Amino acid sequence: MLQDKDRIFTNLYGYQDFGLKAAQKRGDWDKTAALMKVGQDAIIEEVKASGLRGRGGAGFPTGMKWSFMPKAPTPERPNFLVINADESEPGSCKDREIIRHDPHKLIEGALIAGFAMRARAAYIYIRGEYIFEAKVLEKAVAEAYAAGLLGKNAAKSGYDFDVFVHRGAGAYICGEETAMIESLEGKKGQPRLKPPFPAGAGLYGCPTTVNNVESIAVVPTILRRGAAWFKSFGRENNHGTKLFQISGHVEKPCVVEESMSIPFRELIEKHCGGVRGGWDNLLAVIPGGSSVPLVPAAMMMDVPMDFDGCKEVGSGLGTAAVIVMDKSTDIVRAISRLSYFYKHESCGQCTPCREGTGWMWRVMERMRTGDAAASEIDMLYEVTKQVEGHTICALGDAAAWPIQGLIKHFRPEMERRIAERGAMLEAAE
Amino acid sequence: MADAAHIPDEAETRAKWGNFAFSPEYKKKADIYIGRYPAGRQQSAVMALLDLAQRQVGEETKTQGWLPVPVIEYVAQYLGMPYMRAYEVATFYTMYNLAPVGRYHVQVCGTTPCMLRGSDDIMAACKNRGLVKGATTPDGLFTLTEVECMGNCSSAPMVQINDDNFEDLDYDSMTAILGDLADGKQPKIGTQLPGRHTVEPYGGPTTLKAMVDKNHDYRGEWK
Repeated sequence: MLQDKDRIFTNLYGYQDFGLKAAQKRGDWDKTAALMKVGQDAIIEEVKASGLRGRGGAGFPTGMKWSFMPKAPTPERPNFLVINADESEPGSCKDREIIRHDPHKLIEGALIAGFAMRARAAYIYIRGEYIFEAKVLEKAVAEAYAAGLLGKNAAKSGYDFDVFVHRGAGAYICGEETAMIESLEGKKGQPRLKPPFPAGAGLYGCPTTVNNVESIAVVPTILRRGAAWFKSFGRENNHGTKLFQISGHVEKPCVVEESMSIPFRELIEKHCGGVRGGWDNLLAVIPGGSSVPLVPAAMMMDVPMDFDGCKEVGSGLGTAAVIVMDKSTDIVRAISRLSYFYKHESCGQCTPCREGTGWMWRVMERMRTGDAAASEIDMLYEVTKQVEGHTICALGDAAAWPIQGLIKHFRPEMERRIAERGAMLEAAE
Repeated sequence: MADAAHIPDEAETRAKWGNFAFSPEYKKKADIYIGRYPAGRQQSAVMALLDLAQRQVGEETKTQGWLPVPVIEYVAQYLGMPYMRAYEVATFYTMYNLAPVGRYHVQVCGTTPCMLRGSDDIMAACKNRGLVKGATTPDGLFTLTEVECMGNCSSAPMVQINDDNFEDLDYDSMTAILGDLADGKQPKIGTQLPGRHTVEPYGGPTTLKAMVDKNHDYRGEWK
């Protein structure tokens, strides 16, 4: 098990004050200028060497992403860092804890990351529903400005850097990086076609990198303790510590920082008091937030919780939002509710997603009650395949995968419902 | 959307809100938001300004607030952008109310993580107090909406009422919260489980125990 001294987010549960003074006592903003003194490319190399992969779900190597940014931006076309705090993936609730309890880790990380990618400013896009969290963040940013840690000659590093908070207003799709940029420009959050990629033309047409809150907030600690320290946790290609968020049918749902690659069973046993009703009562797990396919209990037990481990069982680590379902779960309803979520959140831009999400939800609702023909299961599967990969952004894929996972692993249950209802109707006649 | 709320008659809203303008306090805030974006990019502030406008309408009507068409027009004009661009932002994002709501906007999360932890009971508690999904109670006190994941999954089920989150709910605690609000009392914000602080495992954290009582600095143990 990860030791407390190796945990990055020491005030995760908010027992202590989030403010600057308390954060400094915990080690934040300690000689930040010295960390930056090694130079921009050296910081990027260090982050690359640490093996940090993006914590927003896709797992793209963070250092490599930064290296795509132009090395010599002009004042007319500056670089921008956008920090994705639009945490809306069902199951995910880690960025909220960082922002409301340890915001200075994020702000210091913004300065260092912004400096490394030669950005002029960072915009932190926080979801609109995090009203209290946005207030905390605004307060922390104001504290940093007042202490000279941001603005001109930020933290006496000789580098000018601003951090601005931008509040969303309730749209899951704005978590997609180009939709977020659209939204930052004051438009509807509809994803852009790529290319051009944000590193070429992003916010206001300027080079932009979009990073998740956790990816940015861990950077100062990585630089302080060295890439080798961070790399010492987790399996090859899956390094570091990670905030896991466990929800659903465990005895004690919680958010906890653990080492990557911790086996699923150990994670649940150690921190969540086990599955409700014991391990035999476990039905299925969604290991990475609503967008990844579910995994049946038998396959999940010993999976190492990392990018490759979850991929090997046909799912994904996503944001490490672990949704646990015991045998009392109406599994078809659980997935159908996710289908409703995607129907609600589809931005309406691409036809396969706009029409498909609604269609899939309606059929899923019939599957829930068994009011369907057995052949419709195959049709539903076909349609998910038609939506997947045929849209501008990944929301179409995210809507398709949970249903595909359900059909793959729980087809007998769907067929049972259809047969049962058919028999009932027959008896009624 | 077919189930979108009915927007009141235009003549009526124009008579009531035609002269809407930011109060000095809200104008000050609006200008701070605009200052966060590069010159000529003030359209970026439209989301913040619509939120401010909705809050001011809320204060004037003693509700959570909503966005009548003349108010959206005012915001568009304030930012020098076409009305339609502001209107499409107002209709795209779910937090802008396009129709009047009650004093308390009860937003019950119904997405799967909350559903697994019993959001049906929360809905039942609302129903038994006379709240109807998508409607405002006749006394103008509560508007009930089922919303999508609010990011409180480790302390589910939850409800957001105006600006406050209430987490770890069950039927009884939800009934109590609605009762308190109806009586003009302020219920406890955050988790409703006695003894739970935030999102640590119930019964006390399994990690970082030194942080509970004092602001521990772990750097000394770094080596």
